[in-house]
Amino acid sequence: MNKKLLNFSLILLPLLILAISLFMGRYPKPLFMPFSVLANDELAKQLVFNLRLPRLLTAALLGMSLSAAGGVMQMLFRNPLVEPGFLGVSQGAGFGAGLCILLLGTSPFLIEVSAALFAVLGLVLSYFIARRIRFGGWLLRLVLSGIAVSALFSSALGILKYMADPTSKLPEIVFWLMGGLYSVTWPDLLYILPVVVIGLAIIFLMRWRLNLLSLSDETAFSLGVAVGRERTLLLAASVAVTAVVISVAGIVGWIGLIIPHIARRITSSNAAEFIPVSMSLGAVFAVLCDDIARVAIIGEIPLGIITSLIGAGIFILLMTSRTIKFSK
Amino acid sequence: MKTPILSIRNLSFAYSVERPNAVDKVDFDILPNTVTAILGPNGAGKTTLLHLLLGLMTPRDGEILLDEKPIHTYSRRELSQWIGLVPQSESLQFEFTVLEYLLLGRAPYLGPLDQPGKEDIKIARQSLQTVGIGDLETRSVLTLSGGEQQLVTLARALTQQPKILLLDEPTSHLDLSNRNTTLRILDRLRVNNTTIVFTTHDPEAAALVADHLVLMRSGEVLNTGLMETTFTSEKLSNTYGTPVSVIRMDGLWVVKSMERLACPNPKE
Repeated sequence: MNKKLLNFSLILLPLLILAISLFMGRYPKPLFMPFSVLANDELAKQLVFNLRLPRLLTAALLGMSLSAAGGVMQMLFRNPLVEPGFLGVSQGAGFGAGLCILLLGTSPFLIEVSAALFAVLGLVLSYFIARRIRFGGWLLRLVLSGIAVSALFSSALGILKYMADPTSKLPEIVFWLMGGLYSVTWPDLLYILPVVVIGLAIIFLMRWRLNLLSLSDETAFSLGVAVGRERTLLLAASVAVTAVVISVAGIVGWIGLIIPHIARRITSSNAAEFIPVSMSLGAVFAVLCDDIARVAIIGEIPLGIITSLIGAGIFILLMTSRTIKFSK
Repeated sequence: MKTPILSIRNLSFAYSVERPNAVDKVDFDILPNTVTAILGPNGAGKTTLLHLLLGLMTPRDGEILLDEKPIHTYSRRELSQWIGLVPQSESLQFEFTVLEYLLLGRAPYLGPLDQPGKEDIKIARQSLQTVGIGDLETRSVLTLSGGEQQLVTLARALTQQPKILLLDEPTSHLDLSNRNTTLRILDRLRVNNTTIVFTTHDPEAAALVADHLVLMRSGEVLNTGLMETTFTSEKLSNTYGTPVSVIRMDGLWVVKSMERLACPNPKE
């Protein structure tokens, strides 16, 4: 594909989808709001600018963050099956949210803070346990301790769920875990914005060097790469964006796994090329899934369920299809 | 007498405190524009020594001088402009094209936010020509044969334009013809002002291209010197711990294992 055209569409496509999505919803009737309604109806204006716009922008940032972080982690861990939340981050956030709902109540702000704190704690625990594991290379140790820490948090969350009041608290916890952007307003967006912008900027600017970090440590060293330092920086950026978006959106699965794969198929394994595509497609995918979440039924389907459903479907198609073969 | 480009002085290294030295009191020089083979049996410490020369690990004792200055006084970036590495196997997980992979070799000359440009692509194409695989440029590295992958890895290291090229067992996975191709390229590089150091457990590979030899066993260097004086039956037998005979035939070295195995031979 023509390079300029590709770059242009990478920016244009998410904006177009965002603009169309602003008019999608169930007010005044399901699916589309005619433009004339927005011009005349005060309630519609309120709805579009104070609810849909921050929510859609958050969805776009969520998609960009998870797909970029997923792409980064897959390269850093030299493993195409890695997901951005796997180092204890997702399960840590889930536990944090559950704990907050049980002890402090259901204020969205408190849940966000608690989820973000425990997401970071999950990573920190994975990191320190990995340092103490006495065998294997650094990457293997991180993967192992990430799996163990995730299991610890998910079983602790199980205990919380078991103790929670089944008529009030338990549904809250379960609903949060399914992921969704129903409670997002402008302050939530402003809260995640600085972290997401800085994190994604680091990833975007250093993306070519990800290729170097996917090589063996001694080869990367021989090419002048400060392996430890650069890996830590990119890992920190990925975990930070993942932790903040999970803290507002709950656990939204599969985006971080599937979108980098599609991006690689469309362009190449060169991170300089696939990371921007991954970010753009991630935004499109998350916004579209959120559209379905909002429009499909009265009330709403949790976003995490839709992304998993569609993501897993696409994944199976991609892995088994002989005809869907893009550039290489 | 030329000044050595690398001087190894009383070098010792161990992987942990409680383990014995993997490289023990090693002492030798490498002259510019020579081909040095580090030869010895498996587990002799050849790869460890090579990684020490790369600056990857800190020695327990002794030092390495690169161009008469201690190697640890160079920044990582400077070092990568001096020394390139062809690892024993490059386990790629992602489907880079040959050109994309080669361009990674330009990293020593690029800033942290830079990407390779037109000039870098030109240099990468030149190194493809040097190893004679210009036609593979757009292929995915993972779909290539073992011999081709070895040449691609070599071309990646050449894209780095190093003054010293370290190769870890460059011929161990290759068939005869691919082995000779690789060694022929090394021979040409020496003529073009590159200093080559490679490890091998195969005396024939060393004999084909090396002009200097370092014989290693159990972390120690047993002998070093020119091929003529070091590549002898006695010294090789001692290195491998098994009787070996070196014969000079038509200007070629022929190495024969003299071990007689107890296999039944019906004619005797």
